[in-house]
Amino acid sequence: MKIIVLAKQTFDTEAKLSLDNNGKIDGQGVKLIMNPYDEFAVEEGLRIKEKTNGEVTVISVDKEQDQDALRQAIAMGADEAVMVVPGDVELDEYATATILAKVISKMEYDIILGGFRAIDDGSCQVAGRVAESLNIPVVNMITEIKIENGKAQATRDIEGGSEVIEVKLPAVFTAQKGLNEPRYPSMKGIMKARKKPVKIIRLGELGLVEDQIAAKVKPVSYTLAEPRKAGQVIQDEPAKAVSQAVKLILEKVKVVV
Amino acid sequence: MGHILTEQQKELKELVRSFAVNEVKPHIKELDEKGEFPMELLKQAFEMGLHCLEIPEEYGGSGLDYQTTAVIFEELAKVDAGFAISLVTTFVALRSVIMAGNDAQKKLFADIIIPGAFGAFCLTEPNAGSDAGSIRATAVRDGDEYVINGSKCFITNGSVADVFVVFASTDRSKGVKGLSAFIVERSREGISVGKHEDKMGLRLSNTCDVAFSDVRVPVSHRLGEEGTGFTTAMNTLNISRAFVGTLAVGICQAAIDECVKYAKERVQFGKPIIEFQAVQMILADMEIQTEAARQLVHHSMVLMDQGKPVVKEGSITKCFCGDTVVRVTTDAVQIFGGYGVSKEYPVEKLMRDSKVFQIFEGTNQIQRLVIAKELAK
Repeated sequence: MKIIVLAKQTFDTEAKLSLDNNGKIDGQGVKLIMNPYDEFAVEEGLRIKEKTNGEVTVISVDKEQDQDALRQAIAMGADEAVMVVPGDVELDEYATATILAKVISKMEYDIILGGFRAIDDGSCQVAGRVAESLNIPVVNMITEIKIENGKAQATRDIEGGSEVIEVKLPAVFTAQKGLNEPRYPSMKGIMKARKKPVKIIRLGELGLVEDQIAAKVKPVSYTLAEPRKAGQVIQDEPAKAVSQAVKLILEKVKVVV
Repeated sequence: MGHILTEQQKELKELVRSFAVNEVKPHIKELDEKGEFPMELLKQAFEMGLHCLEIPEEYGGSGLDYQTTAVIFEELAKVDAGFAISLVTTFVALRSVIMAGNDAQKKLFADIIIPGAFGAFCLTEPNAGSDAGSIRATAVRDGDEYVINGSKCFITNGSVADVFVVFASTDRSKGVKGLSAFIVERSREGISVGKHEDKMGLRLSNTCDVAFSDVRVPVSHRLGEEGTGFTTAMNTLNISRAFVGTLAVGICQAAIDECVKYAKERVQFGKPIIEFQAVQMILADMEIQTEAARQLVHHSMVLMDQGKPVVKEGSITKCFCGDTVVRVTTDAVQIFGGYGVSKEYPVEKLMRDSKVFQIFEGTNQIQRLVIAKELAK
């Protein structure tokens, strides 16, 4: 079984964000991690590989030097890693998905996995758009998947319960938390990942020109979240302080109607 | 801080740190209280290959050098040295087979250990601690087999090991020169495991008596020639001593990290105690001692990676690291004051964990004898 996993690098959840002089998010010196939902996808890909004697290829669209997520995937057990380098163009979800679909269309695949969302932009679009481009089904936010006779049964949470969806392969599935517990890479895996080259593909090689991936959506501006304001301290005897607090809640915060 | 790490070392260290902090640390308090062996967590460590780091790849290990292995073990010991020692002990046992065994023996041992199992090193007896020459366990040749009888104590991994390296006398009249080493699988008839020691420290590790009663092993299980057992034991201990040092450094670092955090938070006389010189002096001394210990470990590892003898250096490292960890963790309790002795706070455990580092793998007094003997040569 040929398994493709879409993986993206995101800022470490503990990273402090700031804007550069042009008002864009400053990525300098920020630690990058594999998008946690994509990590579930890699893990599921590896589990399917182990059951079916398959092969896992992980694909990312990023800067050539930002290969950490791909190396992590190899260290975990992925067979191949592909990095598509778009160059100095601004991508939106449409553009990223167009590139990925183009790369994948030249490959053999039975199943495509990805995280249901990336924790940075949170747009939840790329995997679905890839499926659309490839004209194959997509099942979003799965928490379990079983594969049998060229079909997959995927479970997803719905309001008040869960539903099981059966689709014919090939298909795209996006991972929700709860799908699995990603493994730690092994020592050997890490050393293997250091030696294994990541396959680099440039836009030109795909037969895509910049116009074809012109972003349909462009961010106009970025603003940082306002820092939390300091709380108000009421200093008085307990009984008086409480009545002051109640007054504040009623009149100023207006929590109680 | 520390010596300069290679990219690979940094990467492996980061991985082990995240495993130790996220998976192991949350359970430490409970496991320490109960003195429980963390089998499930260690199985996870097996899957990561943490039990065979420096074993050559041809035997299925990760084939890392000693320097990198030490970096990884320090990282594990920062979270729990008892957890780390279960893994160190396995590779110490395997190391003695790799040093003294033939290809078939290496394969036999590695095939048991590598997929995920513990090994144990059975040297110490109730009346043969520092004085290994007094070993009473015997291995008597009977045709194509040896029959092993004897009782071993303080055996790390004793009740969880699938395979042992056992030291027994094949000729009592020759003292240490009559000792031989054997590979003994746990599955053989006549092996019984005694009660688990309820220890003051390293309580996540398994320590117990192991008794051998008419245990038969084929002659092919003898490592090297008859009479070479003592040399095998000493060669193995030379390597393991520096590793004991690295675990001690890990505990020291944990103590420093906890103290710095606490001293910044704890306010007395209107300011955090880290702003008082009295506290600064203690912290600086802890750091000086720890960094010196770490450099000694690194020095030994460099020598070992180059295949140079470390008889003196191994003993210096073990001795200095053992004394340092006791001093540094005692100071850590001092910085925490009354809270230092409370089990609610993390440093009393570090102090309990530290003491044995002056005792096992050759007491620090024995180490000093070794050092003096090397000087007198």
